[in-house]
Amino acid sequence: MLTHEYDIVIVGSGAGGGTVAQELAPMVAQGARILVLEQGARLEEYEYTGRELEMSSALYHDGGGFLTADGTMTLAFGRAYGGSTVVYTGTSLVAPDRVIREWCVAGLDHADIERRSHKFMAQNDVHFLPRVLLNDNNKRFVTGCARIGVKAEQFPLNLRGCKGSSLCNLGCPNSAKMGTHRVQLPNAERAGVEVVTRAEALRLEERAVVVRVHDKRPDDKGLPSAWSPGDHHISARLVVLCGGSIGTSALLLRSPVTSGIPRVGERFTCHPAHILVAEHEHDITNDVGHPKSYYVDRAEHDGFVLETCMYFPFTTAKNLTGFGEGHSALMRAFPRLQMILVLACDKAVAGNRIAIDAAGKPVVHYAFTPDVVRSMVSATRMSARIFFAAGALRVHAPSAAPPLIERDQAYRLDDLIVERNFLPGRISISAAHLMGGCAMGAEGSAVTDSRGRVHGVPWLRVADSSLFPDSVEINPYLTVMALADRVAEGIRDDWGASS
Amino acid sequence: MSGTVLAPVQATFRAVADTVVPEAASLGPEKWREVQDVVESALAARSEALRRQLVIFLRLIEYLPLLRHLRRFSRLSQPARTALLARLESSRFLVLRRGFWGLRTLVLLGYYTRDDVQGALGYRPHAEGWNARRTTAEMRAAAAEPFGEEDQGA
Repeated sequence: MLTHEYDIVIVGSGAGGGTVAQELAPMVAQGARILVLEQGARLEEYEYTGRELEMSSALYHDGGGFLTADGTMTLAFGRAYGGSTVVYTGTSLVAPDRVIREWCVAGLDHADIERRSHKFMAQNDVHFLPRVLLNDNNKRFVTGCARIGVKAEQFPLNLRGCKGSSLCNLGCPNSAKMGTHRVQLPNAERAGVEVVTRAEALRLEERAVVVRVHDKRPDDKGLPSAWSPGDHHISARLVVLCGGSIGTSALLLRSPVTSGIPRVGERFTCHPAHILVAEHEHDITNDVGHPKSYYVDRAEHDGFVLETCMYFPFTTAKNLTGFGEGHSALMRAFPRLQMILVLACDKAVAGNRIAIDAAGKPVVHYAFTPDVVRSMVSATRMSARIFFAAGALRVHAPSAAPPLIERDQAYRLDDLIVERNFLPGRISISAAHLMGGCAMGAEGSAVTDSRGRVHGVPWLRVADSSLFPDSVEINPYLTVMALADRVAEGIRDDWGASS
Repeated sequence: MSGTVLAPVQATFRAVADTVVPEAASLGPEKWREVQDVVESALAARSEALRRQLVIFLRLIEYLPLLRHLRRFSRLSQPARTALLARLESSRFLVLRRGFWGLRTLVLLGYYTRDDVQGALGYRPHAEGWNARRTTAEMRAAAAEPFGEEDQGA
């Protein structure tokens, strides 16, 4: 096994790892050696082809098909230089004050989160897309909302030079998405931070990380790793875990030096989601234009958020309930499909957690609470109303039996879309906002403090979405960056004090 | 077949695929092989345990109809196949529901990720986005188009 020595090792290069790398980069000029380890590959610009199967396999864990333990929900999270910021749609919202207060973490206040979030919104060029770039899918959503008296808001987006390819979730082919792979990581590397890709973290040891660097196979996308294939032992004064909710929790659980830390894996939340579609009479533009420009926020009162979306043919097909001729007929209507993503704002409950199997691989246990089911069904009803108000001929609702509702039945939505039809294992449920596992809070009841310091382990920090003690009720990436900024600041302060 | 997981149950898998996506029944040998290759590739990335479960589930599907129809699944009529799969889809047993969901997902993966199928659906993404879809005049017209609150009276 090859050995290396660094001052700081950052595991993961997404919203958390990229931010920490950038914020600690000035320390390189003072002599600190800083390394980022990323399990995925660094893709070159020409490799973002937009082809569904090819890019899903290259950019997502398990090709985007990681399943919860009971197989009823698909979890999608990125695995690439840039982490999930390579594959998200860039919606950039500041965490609500209400949520941060409810988290009730000593030392964490909303004003600080807001200030830091705005810092990264400026860095990432967050702005509203001009109307000329909006597609029919988004426009019909706004129209439908207006007609039923629901407030639709426009998403601020972290884009520069967006051409409206609609391929955000498969990696932007135009370098327009300002994820960490475009902003924070290049900044960090220019300042002297090293990044090693294709490096799978096997385990932690006392002030060390053991990784396995994988060789690039002939049909793999991305550059080869800067290190030789094989196992590497990296000693560090400080290790910062940024592998995401699942990656970080699983690493702690399978490493003998950290497996005894209490509460790891607990408080997992994920915003379970449905993709809903409705068929219109004529073609509408959805495979062009930014896919996610508008939303309806009912998190506080009804426990859900609605977002415009566009998904690719296989993803759409998978998310429709049913099969056979009816399913095929709806797929043949693809150019006429309007789409809405419904997300439930779930709460951390006992039992929903990240564990590991005998081989140390992550296993996510998740059961849908009555509140989540209620929220998803309510969200589906509201979406159906929006669709019909926007002129849809028929709506596909997973919680309706049969799932296809014709326009002349629109007056019966409350009778047709009901909780008893929410049948996990039959309907498709997915999640991409993975949170919790190393929650912030007081020692004894949480894993870390408000600066990501792992209780009882002075050489270890966490700086990713696993810090969340509960769901954030919005896209989490900006809040991850804000928290990672706090963690980095804490590291700089501690470093200065110990020097 | 280019892979090995589905080899012992290929007739059943084909019958399931033709029922889940009726258009799959018209695929010739070469195009069907392409579907299988996608599925086999996806299965190769999964655990041995999951691959075994899939084969067992397909065998269950194949022989279950003997009880009622005295025929194997791959010999049933399309309506009878559809009825059986629908019962699995809505079974009160989670293991059967999720087994069918997983199998259905594999079929949809093999069929709907194909370039020719996506094109035939009218899915036309382009890296150039709006530049590939609209003229300058059309962009100007779109910029002036009312929607949302302005459209409320329409």
